Amino acid sequence: MTTKSNSSSIELIDRFRDLATRFINFFWKTIKRNLKTYTMIFVLIFLFVLFWVLIGNTFIGPRNISNLTRAMTIISFLAIGMVFVIVTGNIDLSVGSATGFIATVVAFFQVHLFSPLILPLLSALFPGMSGYLLGVISTILAVIIALIVGGLIGFWNGFITAYLRVPAFIVTLGGLFIFRGLMSAVTGGKTISPIESSLNSIFNDYLPREAGVVIAVLVIVFIVSNTLWQRHKRVKYGLEIRPLIYDLIKMFFFSVLVAGFVFYMNLYEGLQIPVVMLVVVAFLFSYLAKNTRFGRYAYAIGGNKEAARLSGINIKANVLKVFIFMGMCIGIAGIMFVSRVGTGAPGGGETYELLAIASCVIGGTSLMGGEGTIIGALIGSLIMVTLDNGFVQLNVPNWAQYVIKGLVLIFAVWVDVATRKTRE
Amino acid sequence: MNNNFILEFDRVTKDFPGIRALSEVSFKVKRGEIHGVCGENGAGKSTLMKILAGVYPYQSYEGRVFFNGEELMFSGSSIRKAIEKGIAIVYQELALVSQMTVGENIYLGREPNQKGIINWNELYSKTQDILAKYKLKIPFASTVGKLGVGQQQLVEITKALSEDAKLLILDEPTSALTETEVDTLMSILNTLKKNGVTCIYISHKIEEFFRIADTITVLRDGKTINTVSSKRTTVPAIIKMMVGREMKERFPKAEHKMEDVVLEVKNLTAFHPEYPSRVIVEDISFCLHKGEILGIAGLMGSGRTELVTTLFGEYGINVQGQVIVNNKPFDIRSSRHAMNQGISLVPENRKDQGLILEQSVLENISLPNLQQFSTALAINKNQEVKICNEVVSKLGIKLGSLSAQVNSLSGGNQQKVVIAKWLVSNPLILIMDEPTRGIDVGAKYEIYKLMNILAASGVAIIMVSSELPEIMALSDTIMVMHEARCSGILKRKEATQERIMTLATGYE
Repeated sequence: MTTKSNSSSIELIDRFRDLATRFINFFWKTIKRNLKTYTMIFVLIFLFVLFWVLIGNTFIGPRNISNLTRAMTIISFLAIGMVFVIVTGNIDLSVGSATGFIATVVAFFQVHLFSPLILPLLSALFPGMSGYLLGVISTILAVIIALIVGGLIGFWNGFITAYLRVPAFIVTLGGLFIFRGLMSAVTGGKTISPIESSLNSIFNDYLPREAGVVIAVLVIVFIVSNTLWQRHKRVKYGLEIRPLIYDLIKMFFFSVLVAGFVFYMNLYEGLQIPVVMLVVVAFLFSYLAKNTRFGRYAYAIGGNKEAARLSGINIKANVLKVFIFMGMCIGIAGIMFVSRVGTGAPGGGETYELLAIASCVIGGTSLMGGEGTIIGALIGSLIMVTLDNGFVQLNVPNWAQYVIKGLVLIFAVWVDVATRKTRE
Repeated sequence: MNNNFILEFDRVTKDFPGIRALSEVSFKVKRGEIHGVCGENGAGKSTLMKILAGVYPYQSYEGRVFFNGEELMFSGSSIRKAIEKGIAIVYQELALVSQMTVGENIYLGREPNQKGIINWNELYSKTQDILAKYKLKIPFASTVGKLGVGQQQLVEITKALSEDAKLLILDEPTSALTETEVDTLMSILNTLKKNGVTCIYISHKIEEFFRIADTITVLRDGKTINTVSSKRTTVPAIIKMMVGREMKERFPKAEHKMEDVVLEVKNLTAFHPEYPSRVIVEDISFCLHKGEILGIAGLMGSGRTELVTTLFGEYGINVQGQVIVNNKPFDIRSSRHAMNQGISLVPENRKDQGLILEQSVLENISLPNLQQFSTALAINKNQEVKICNEVVSKLGIKLGSLSAQVNSLSGGNQQKVVIAKWLVSNPLILIMDEPTRGIDVGAKYEIYKLMNILAASGVAIIMVSSELPEIMALSDTIMVMHEARCSGILKRKEATQERIMTLATGYE
């Protein structure tokens, strides 16, 4: 009796040990494959702990986390588009000016076009319409205009880069000046205000707490059903599937992350509208990168242009598309910017291009092209915002903030270079 | 050691992983002579010269090399020391800074200076002196980029001479030169000889040896075959020495059944994309049948690669002539267009043109074929994995998983990945440019077998290769190219190595 129970418990321990080793191996492999991204996650955690210790509980309180994640959105929208641009081996220095330019265009539209021209027309046609509703229409039109102008800016940059073969660095450096100039032209050097309150709330408002809960539930349902659906499809194709436990843990992790974030934000005012939008856009662009031909082609072009060309890929058309997508991101950033500031003023968006590029690079995007992820860029942008936020609360002098941010950027690239060396 | 000889190789052997590049090479070079070294691609010429240049240090090879009576013992990477000893090499690919002037190039890295400030007057007067000494007419203040290739070559030679070279090695100096430029080079070499400079002259073009070389050494498969005086030999004798190897069982035997014509090329002419006046493919015509392997032979730079990349729509410009694919006229536009007509190209250089080294095997294989398993909105990744798995096992590519980086594979397996890329597209016509370059014998054999299987299944294959035995063993028809033109088309039975070599050197 004793021997029997003894052997079965040994068996159990063996099975457990086996499972544990496989587990550790699996996670070690995933970490090694994305070493850059994980290093930066560790840096982020380190920063959070550091500021928590130095500043105290207010730093990780719901209010501060809410402000911090909101503050990262504008640069993050730009960084998401920038990942694609850099992955194809190009660069866009014009995004900061273009963001400011679009913000003034949108303000100009609402203040100088919609209010004096379209508004009287609409009120005449639909006399019962409330002023708030008219404002919403104005805002919807403003968003559409921002996306179109952004797309055109992207087309301009992309066409000259891809088809007229002027290096992207030069084209967009030119763009940096051009859009800054146009920004002054639109505003005439004066601040344009007031914008509609509905436009104002895009960046600054919160979703009702109940909506947050509904979103959390929907996202978790999606995570679970999608994971199971993917497993089912792999079986149908006769492909090997990972042990269920891996997927369960993964599902659990992401579900807790989503539910936890929503819960935590609801402790303050609720989910922030720009953060929800950022997650949606990031998801779409990640999908674009990983699951579409366009995404694959972008990485191939940056990885080896010649091989991509000889594989039948139209390089010019794809680079143009990348810039147009970048332009749409600029459009969104422009809307967010005008919404945050509440006015259209000259001088907006200065150095945003550099912050966006830095976010990408800190998040593991290689300036040589061919490498980079959206999630990495978001982590990069979160690191920068965390530094900003923590430094302000610690009253770190301005000069030191710049110095430390610069050092972090260099450190991130050094990590990349150093790990690359060991790979060789 | 006899002082008559400036250089002596004594049983030099050099091994690379899997390959013996040099096997007991021995020969001597007399002081003041022009010594020709010839051999097929891969005969060991470049390896030998790299030992002289200090690229492969002492003890990385066996045997001994004597220069000026003393043994060469370069340690580490000692290219600079070789130059100091008086050994100068002018490589096939010129290493000049095209934005700098002739004088700047000649003294690059050792500009006459006082405390770091360059003395330009001294630099240019020295340049002038050395040009005058060897009676070279080069505008010494002009930027190198403005000079023709021939004159650039002379700048390289002048640079070597200015460093007081006692032994000048020219590696394929005439491959990019026009006839008149070759004449100039020859007369300059004669002048140098009168000035007491010894010269080793490496070339594919056998007739050139008889114009200037005093002695000719023939290398084959890493061995010295013979060193003869050029006055006591003939071109056919040299060709025979170069190719006269025994054919071993290195090739799988297969008879191909040729069916209908799938590709007809009539009077194809194309021009260089950057220098539109330079003809890269001139008046080429041939026919390719279903199930046929057409071998394209020729020396490097004879226009083989240019021909196939032009057919694939990715190189030549102002393409004239007619191409007919499957009885329909095909107008050459882009690689995508060619692929849609069923033409695939396994490019010459797998690392630069065939693969994205940092990406996974899966991503590489599916890159040209994504349309097969994707809609505009999504790639069917399961289908992708399935198809890639199939082709990987079909070709016997050895890898841990499809997500392995291509970088981590061996050369042979990398080459198979490139081939896999194009097999997934089910080509009608498969063009393979140097399909076995730089891979070991075993992997070569497998690729040959694969080519035979493909041909048997009805694929028409065009193979460009520098290795004559490979061309002869696999091809049903052999087209030989010389200076952008087709210098002959041979049936498999008519082809001998001598005959191909004669056509390839344009000696017929």
